Amino acid sequence: MFDFSALYEAYSVREAVALRQEHPEAKIIAGGSDQLVKLRDGKLAGCELISIYTIEELRGVSLGEDGTLRIGALTSFTDVSENELIERLVPVLGYAAGQVGGPQVRNIGTIGGNVSNGVTSADTGATLLAWDAVMELAGPEGTRKVPSAQWYIRAGQVDIRPGEILTAVTIPKGAYEGYSGWYMKYAMRNAMDIATLGCSVNVRLTADKAAFQDVRIAYGVAGPVPMRAETAEAAGRGQPVSPETIERVAQAVGEDVHPRTSWRAKAEFRGYLAQELLRRCLTQSAKRAGGVLHGV
Amino acid sequence: MGFKTITFTLNGRERTCSVDVRMSLTELLREEFGLTSVKTGCEVGECGACCVLVDGRAYNSCIYLAVWVDGKSVLTVEGLRGPATGQLHPIQQAFVDEAAVQCGFCTPGIIMTAVELIGTGKTQSAKRAGGVLHGV
Amino acid sequence: MDAVGVSMKRVDGPDKAMGRAKYTADLISRDALVAKVFRSTVANGRVLSLDISEAAKVPGVERIVTCFDVPRYYFPTAGHPWSTDPAHQDVADRLLLTDRPLYYGDDVAAVIAEDEIAAKRALRLIKAEYETYPFVLDPLEAIKEGAPQLHPDNPNNILKHTSGSAGDWDKAIAEPGLLCLDKWYETPIVQHCHIENHICCAWTEGRKIAVLSSTQIPHIVRRCVGQALGRPWGEIRVIKPYIGGGFGNKQDALYEPLCAYLATLTDGRPVKLDVSREETFVNNRVRHGGKFHLITYFRRDGTFVARQMEEYSQQGAYTSHGHSTAAKATNGFVQMYPCEAYRFDAYSVYTNTPTAGAMRAYGMPQVSFAMESHVDDIAKMLGMSPIALRDKNRMPVGYRDAFTGNVNWQDSHGQCMEKAMEYIGWQEKYKACQNQTGPVRRGVGMAIFWYNTAVWPISLEATTSRMMLNQDGSVQYMCAETEIGQGADTAYTQMVAQTVGVPVEKVHVVTCQDTDVTGYGTGAYASRQTYVEGFAIANVGRQFREKILAYASWLTKIPAEELDLRDGNIVSQGEKVMTLEALATEATYSMERAAYITAEDTTQVKSNAYSFGCSFAEVEVDIPLCKVKVLNIVNVHDCGTLINPQLAQAQVHGGMSMSIGYAMGEELKFDEKTGRPLNNNLLDYKISTAMDHPDLGALFVENPEPTSPFGTKALGEPPAVSPAPAIRNAVLQATGVEIDRLPMTPHVLFERFREEGLIHV
Repeated sequence: MFDFSALYEAYSVREAVALRQEHPEAKIIAGGSDQLVKLRDGKLAGCELISIYTIEELRGVSLGEDGTLRIGALTSFTDVSENELIERLVPVLGYAAGQVGGPQVRNIGTIGGNVSNGVTSADTGATLLAWDAVMELAGPEGTRKVPSAQWYIRAGQVDIRPGEILTAVTIPKGAYEGYSGWYMKYAMRNAMDIATLGCSVNVRLTADKAAFQDVRIAYGVAGPVPMRAETAEAAGRGQPVSPETIERVAQAVGEDVHPRTSWRAKAEFRGYLAQELLRRCLTQSAKRAGGVLHGV
Repeated sequence: MGFKTITFTLNGRERTCSVDVRMSLTELLREEFGLTSVKTGCEVGECGACCVLVDGRAYNSCIYLAVWVDGKSVLTVEGLRGPATGQLHPIQQAFVDEAAVQCGFCTPGIIMTAVELIGTGKTQSAKRAGGVLHGV
Repeated sequence: MDAVGVSMKRVDGPDKAMGRAKYTADLISRDALVAKVFRSTVANGRVLSLDISEAAKVPGVERIVTCFDVPRYYFPTAGHPWSTDPAHQDVADRLLLTDRPLYYGDDVAAVIAEDEIAAKRALRLIKAEYETYPFVLDPLEAIKEGAPQLHPDNPNNILKHTSGSAGDWDKAIAEPGLLCLDKWYETPIVQHCHIENHICCAWTEGRKIAVLSSTQIPHIVRRCVGQALGRPWGEIRVIKPYIGGGFGNKQDALYEPLCAYLATLTDGRPVKLDVSREETFVNNRVRHGGKFHLITYFRRDGTFVARQMEEYSQQGAYTSHGHSTAAKATNGFVQMYPCEAYRFDAYSVYTNTPTAGAMRAYGMPQVSFAMESHVDDIAKMLGMSPIALRDKNRMPVGYRDAFTGNVNWQDSHGQCMEKAMEYIGWQEKYKACQNQTGPVRRGVGMAIFWYNTAVWPISLEATTSRMMLNQDGSVQYMCAETEIGQGADTAYTQMVAQTVGVPVEKVHVVTCQDTDVTGYGTGAYASRQTYVEGFAIANVGRQFREKILAYASWLTKIPAEELDLRDGNIVSQGEKVMTLEALATEATYSMERAAYITAEDTTQVKSNAYSFGCSFAEVEVDIPLCKVKVLNIVNVHDCGTLINPQLAQAQVHGGMSMSIGYAMGEELKFDEKTGRPLNNNLLDYKISTAMDHPDLGALFVENPEPTSPFGTKALGEPPAVSPAPAIRNAVLQATGVEIDRLPMTPHVLFERFREEGLIHV
């Protein structure tokens, strides 16, 4: 039995927004794989819950007329990882979703929950950041859109305002068209684990495949929230597709990431991994984009 | 405290009951329906001993609110055997035949995960199947 | 037909696959009250006061008991047979609740409530005031002068120190031209992680207290509960249903004494104490962490001349099984590689960490890691193959241990290694993996072990069993030795069928032990169940057969010595005289000479037996990623004649999996500043998953054990001994880097590869 004092169930976005206004102190619960564990720990004892798990309209993946990929906030990791549109347009995101926990957790856990709890280790967090995803919220005033770069406020807090719920994660056509990428989750075991460090990269090459036209690099667990590595991105942008470029980008990332030491891993190790994972992700991304890397 | 009346299909039979909204699905199945195959091993969705199928998908029932099964269909290991014949489900039989049962405590959870896997109808490599049973 | 030696399906398989096998939680009545333990938030200190006033007001709270309320009978918890010799009795250092917490999370108070929510709310409202003392988490720190002292009677926190030696050390090492290797090795604190947490439920009935418990050792728990409550042991009843794994953690009285005590305080309702996963990690038992200092003098041809070991075994806060695991490790050290001279010192050291007790293979995985790593380090120094070096030094055929009387009858190690080499492709791979360069490298490694069977002569080996002839000619077998998942009931079924002369389908093993019903026996530990039951079944089975044949003789007027019982029939000179079913029905309901035919006896075993084997592993090391992938691994065992080959193989798989986790990821961690456990959950404690395993190879060499009526010996624990050092030695071959501590996590590899210049930061 979980120690909460009331459960308000929403069956539509409108109901959810109304409940959010009526019960401003209540916590939102989607799949619950995070909130119910916190409740069991006694951390939220006695709180009220608004369950949005029953809002069917928030499930599923679709493609807008303008080519925007739209993933309903309650779409499970399993559905993200097996979705045909995602497989075709942003396969790295499907792969990252498939790295979460185990199959049961991927069935209950939602992509919206993964980015809403503001956890730095979230597998889809860094990946969505690398895809320049846009968060879509519904609130009393209507719809609000937040670019992923502005989404994370601090550890455990994202830009969801009173009365709002996250309804979808979207990726505009311009953000994915022509891009290829790779994600590496570095963890202590091959399943049922959280990332020691996650690195998500995508690149667009020039038409002749000789140079990086654009490079996007994002990390999980390299800071308190998922983050982009802008110095490293700049070091790669416009440069030839070569081992030398990759090495320069990897060296530059030291400017961007400032991981901390915790009992889970030392900062030094995370910093080292940030470079090593980046080398591998960037190499893979370039290859998948059709680039040729001699000697790698 | 809130109670809610829910109707759902449990192992092929329709059930209606009033549940405390704070209840986990594990508690509902064990305490209200005596389905003790659903085991508790960690209560945080890590061990998989409480795994059941809801609408054909595997969930850790310890971190699943009981009220969420309203209108859905739940399958536990007790519901696997052929109702007429009492024969073991082929997966249950395979676990017995291959000595995949030891202390037996998490066996129902593993079996239900395997049932989901087979139920998807996809062809699975041994590696992939091993992955689903244990995580990736 | 032979019932033994065939892979019959587990007798409990269908019930378990159907989910209808009942475990403790499934049998607890719904009116049971819930008990929760209030735990110390200091790692070493004294409780000055407890304010329970707010907690007591929580609706649903029935009672709160504190460390100041409980009876002060100090009791031992180890799952050892009691000894009538006070010098050999387990240390009694526990109270039901303590005002002198010795580790973070120690049991200070208990709440009894209507439900879990009320109990948990009350726990959060109890206010404790402590006097806090400095604490110590490391055994090498704990033995230093000035370290915080845990137990007043144990200066320098040394629970026990044993030493031993043989040969003339000084003379041996004076030999000219000897080489020497002097190194330290370290193993972590790990937990058993059975998926069923410990749970128990107690109630009062008549003059008795009954305890339903997830335990491996019902009769021992009965005695411990009696000692803890100051009650005659006969007033305690312990019931053990199916249990969801134990691996030694449940070879201890855990929360049964406290639960039994709490049950005496209620209005008659049972009290349930269900231990959470987080508590299981730190408030039950763990495996002793170990620090080993090994020194070996050896000749250039690889012959070991003199060997020395210092062992520091991390006991944690309380004594539990005490020094016995460290002592077992010293036997492992001495007997594995006999040589001219040896000496050892073993210390069991208290620290402010969870209490170490029994865990699968009882001290051997620790010493095996140290010793087998050390042997490969010597092989590396000499440029010699690890196998050739072992062949030169390992326990020779004919070796006899004077204390246990164990004999190395055959060249089991040689035979096991030969099979393993073939399985893994050792010859080609060992050669191919020499002197690699590049970021990703492969290697092969191996390790050998020996293990005892049961506990004679260090402790009592005796067990009581009963055979009953049902009216339909089937045989009911009741014994004290417990099924804990290893397949004991199935092995008993096979041995009973073989001994009595009935088909296996005609044997019913009573799976549940209830100390009110089941005769005395000690339970599942020390890889003793099949070995000891072999003697018991042979003994009681012989008496049972004699009674049946005597009755058959009376019925048929054929002399008993001309009768035999085969495959469920009474036969004479090869001819079937009558079925056992007909005899049983007649005997039970005979108006002339009614007899419910039973045989019961206590069988004492006064022997022990060496079990042998090895592990071979192949790994791939991604050096820049600091990651090891186990590509292939095999265990080969000589555990004598296999009673059930398929179940034996399953047993080996499980042990190998535990050892892979030990090698690669498992380690309980504590906060240096507070002593608080950091990773006591299944997410942060990295037990290995199937995705971290290759297919596990499990092969056997079957040399029948001469002391056993069925030719069998230890297999329960041995599989968990040698895989970890085999993997470590494979990493050594791949990279040339000696990893001298477990687990070999990426964190450890990162530091070591950097020290060795393989990676640059």
